[in-house]
Amino acid sequence: MAVQSQDAIVTGGFDAPVFDAQSVFRALMDAMARPGTVQAIAPRASAPSPLGPVAAALALTLCDVDTPVWLDAALATDGAIARWLGFHAGAPVTDDPAAAAFALIGDGPSLGSLDRFARGTHDYPDRSATLIVQVPDLAAGPALTLTGPGIKQSTALAPSGLPARFTTLWADNNALFPCGIDMVLATPDAVAALPRTTRIQSTEN
Amino acid sequence: MYVAVKGGEKAIRNAHRLLADRRRGDRSVPALTLTQITCQLALAIDRVMSEGALYDRDLAALAVKQARGDMIEAIFLVRAYRTTLPRFGYSEPVDTGAMHIERRISATYKDLPGGQMLGPTFDYTHRLLDPELAGDAAVPDAERRDGEPARAMRVSDILAQDGLIEGDCDAQTEMPGDITREPMEFPMERDTRLQSLSRGDEGFLLALAYSTQRGYARSHPFAGEIRIGEVEVAVDMPELGFAVTIGRVQLTECQMINQFKGSSKAPPQFTRGYGLVFGQSERKAMAMALCDRAMRARELGEDIVAPAQDEEFVISHCDNVQASGFVEHLKLPHYVDFQAELELVRTMRAEHESRRDAGEPMPEAAE
Amino acid sequence: MTVQPTGLADYNFAYLDEPTKRMIRRAILKAIAIPGYQVPFASREMPMPYGWGTGGVQVTASIIGPDDTLKVIDQGADDTTNAVSIRAFFAKVAEVSTTTSTAEATIIQTRHRIPEETLGEGQVLVYQVPIPEPLRFLEPRETETRKMHALEDYGLMHVKLYEDIARNGHIATTYAYPVKVEGRYVMDPSPTPKFDNPKMDQSEALQLFGAGREKRIYAVPPYTSVVSLDFEDYPFEVNRFDEPCALCGAEGVYLDEVVLDDRGGRMFVCSDTDHCEKRRAAGHRGAMASEGTLA
Repeated sequence: MAVQSQDAIVTGGFDAPVFDAQSVFRALMDAMARPGTVQAIAPRASAPSPLGPVAAALALTLCDVDTPVWLDAALATDGAIARWLGFHAGAPVTDDPAAAAFALIGDGPSLGSLDRFARGTHDYPDRSATLIVQVPDLAAGPALTLTGPGIKQSTALAPSGLPARFTTLWADNNALFPCGIDMVLATPDAVAALPRTTRIQSTEN
Repeated sequence: MYVAVKGGEKAIRNAHRLLADRRRGDRSVPALTLTQITCQLALAIDRVMSEGALYDRDLAALAVKQARGDMIEAIFLVRAYRTTLPRFGYSEPVDTGAMHIERRISATYKDLPGGQMLGPTFDYTHRLLDPELAGDAAVPDAERRDGEPARAMRVSDILAQDGLIEGDCDAQTEMPGDITREPMEFPMERDTRLQSLSRGDEGFLLALAYSTQRGYARSHPFAGEIRIGEVEVAVDMPELGFAVTIGRVQLTECQMINQFKGSSKAPPQFTRGYGLVFGQSERKAMAMALCDRAMRARELGEDIVAPAQDEEFVISHCDNVQASGFVEHLKLPHYVDFQAELELVRTMRAEHESRRDAGEPMPEAAE
Repeated sequence: MTVQPTGLADYNFAYLDEPTKRMIRRAILKAIAIPGYQVPFASREMPMPYGWGTGGVQVTASIIGPDDTLKVIDQGADDTTNAVSIRAFFAKVAEVSTTTSTAEATIIQTRHRIPEETLGEGQVLVYQVPIPEPLRFLEPRETETRKMHALEDYGLMHVKLYEDIARNGHIATTYAYPVKVEGRYVMDPSPTPKFDNPKMDQSEALQLFGAGREKRIYAVPPYTSVVSLDFEDYPFEVNRFDEPCALCGAEGVYLDEVVLDDRGGRMFVCSDTDHCEKRRAAGHRGAMASEGTLA
């Protein structure tokens, strides 16, 4: 292993772990409670490329030894991100998406079927995966209309970097309620969330 | 004119000050040292460590002192501290077969390899108050056997040689569960159930164990073996490639052997109930073993007919920190809800009276 | 940051260690994603007894940061002993600013009441919950009630409420009155008087519920439907008081009955002390108020 890559792995954690994690969590909690709202997150963590600072900060905030993490092909590449997660969060990386508490997605357009992830059971619908999807932005993509709990009437969001048939995938996820996955969209400087209760329509329709 | 009561803050401050005053008591009497507590109230420390689920005699002594000798309060103090401690790793399973034994008895064999060792027991003491202890009379040193502390094979292993007793339940390849890190889920596995029992209230488990002896899920128990002594705690060091001993803890282990006439699920054989607690706490270990065996009813295909067999009932109620908190929370103000009930009772009484006055039939009495 | 570095024992910011906070935070996110569903969590022992707000305290400790302003109420009042105690705990272990003003608080931890003042978007209401399972007194077994929630089988609850009507002519549940959240889960609102139930519906604030001893966290996101269970011919209704607050003259608020003497003298005053004080400061006066009351 190159010295440089070793450096990249042992650096880039939170400077103030207690307060950084609290502040990132509050932004995420607000995002989850108010789907479609965009919550800014100042840069606090830096992971090996291509894991962005916000996705990295979310991983440090949420993941640890109790939460298997799955990485998509874009993030799994040379194993640097897995080692970074292991070093800073103690989180085990799994090859089995169904076993993951969190899935980090670097390549949103190739996300594919959501069926591979844990969706919870009717007894324990909370035992489902949370997907953290890196997207370039939340305003330049196809316009979406969001409704559901946490949203007063309806709200708009236009994330780039999601699969073309995302609204269909999401409608399938909605149909599983109370089971289903929850999704967090991480741009380089902000976060928005789509809990399983959020219904999404293309605004063009 | 009415002025709403204020000053909760000051009242609390003064109450705590009074508590500290009462705790210390007569200032002309020397304050207890933690060493005095650990040395001379050792079994109180053991109970606090066991039910507090933290093996640290000094902290337990501090808790006992701070709690003015209230054991459940002391256990609570230790639990509330332990819960904040970060976890650095997991020890290897301790080997009670390799215990440095101080006491070891079996009720099932007259003599056995390793022998019967009474150890520091209250058994066979006549419970006559000893005025000597009111003072500080000299105490002769204990007689000790020379050489290495004894090791002895387990009684359950003797029975196992003849195939008369069920095996130890399958050693799980996966990590055992941990109720302090995972939410409890019913039905439970035996690992988490044993963990709950080990932390459970001695008095509650004692009463339940007693109930099984009086016919509420009778289990024909024999005290196969009780052993008290120290075991080594080892931690695997992946960097070194082997386990390193980091210290010793004193444990009490009880293997209860229960006659079992067989069911559709299991052949006739002796079955086991298991108890293991920190420190010297024989009563607790025995009670735990009886409760463990009772709650194996489902696994062994026995009818569940008695409280001690009811896992959800026993486990949900055996934690004295939870129980005392919820019972004592009734001290907190409930006047908002009481007001709502007051209004309801007034309304219902008014309705009742108007019905009676009008000679209408009364609905069924409320339960 | 550590508090009280004594050598024998020291504690993290907001008392809980970071792995515990992470575990609770994960539970909170799932709770928000499944409104009204009780997420099991590995509740910790807290330095106050189980049943005294440990669930609420764990939730608050997991979300609170140095920028927050915390309000704690018990029975609607900021000065009840347990509210004082919990507020002092956070002031000590999290060094946050505290307030008694509902409007100024970013986090309000409560036992048994929802403030009278409408809560806003920047606020989180954290409820202390003793028994989170609304079906528990109808079916004591967790294994059974879990099945009922999974199957959305709430017949037992309707039977219970209907028996009330048959016996009393009305539903005889006055507090901890069950609600249905977003048309799916029946939820216990904690032992708030049913008077407060309508405030939960479509609230602008996030509502989090923590049950420490029973190890459950649940949530109602903002703008979420919360409907009190009832029947078409016996619609849900809240209790009304015959007179206004004797101190501030407020109507349509929840009142405490205060016994004044041993001859049956009594008065009714706001249970929400902050609301009452604000009104009096604004010049409102009830029948028994004097200028000296607002000392």
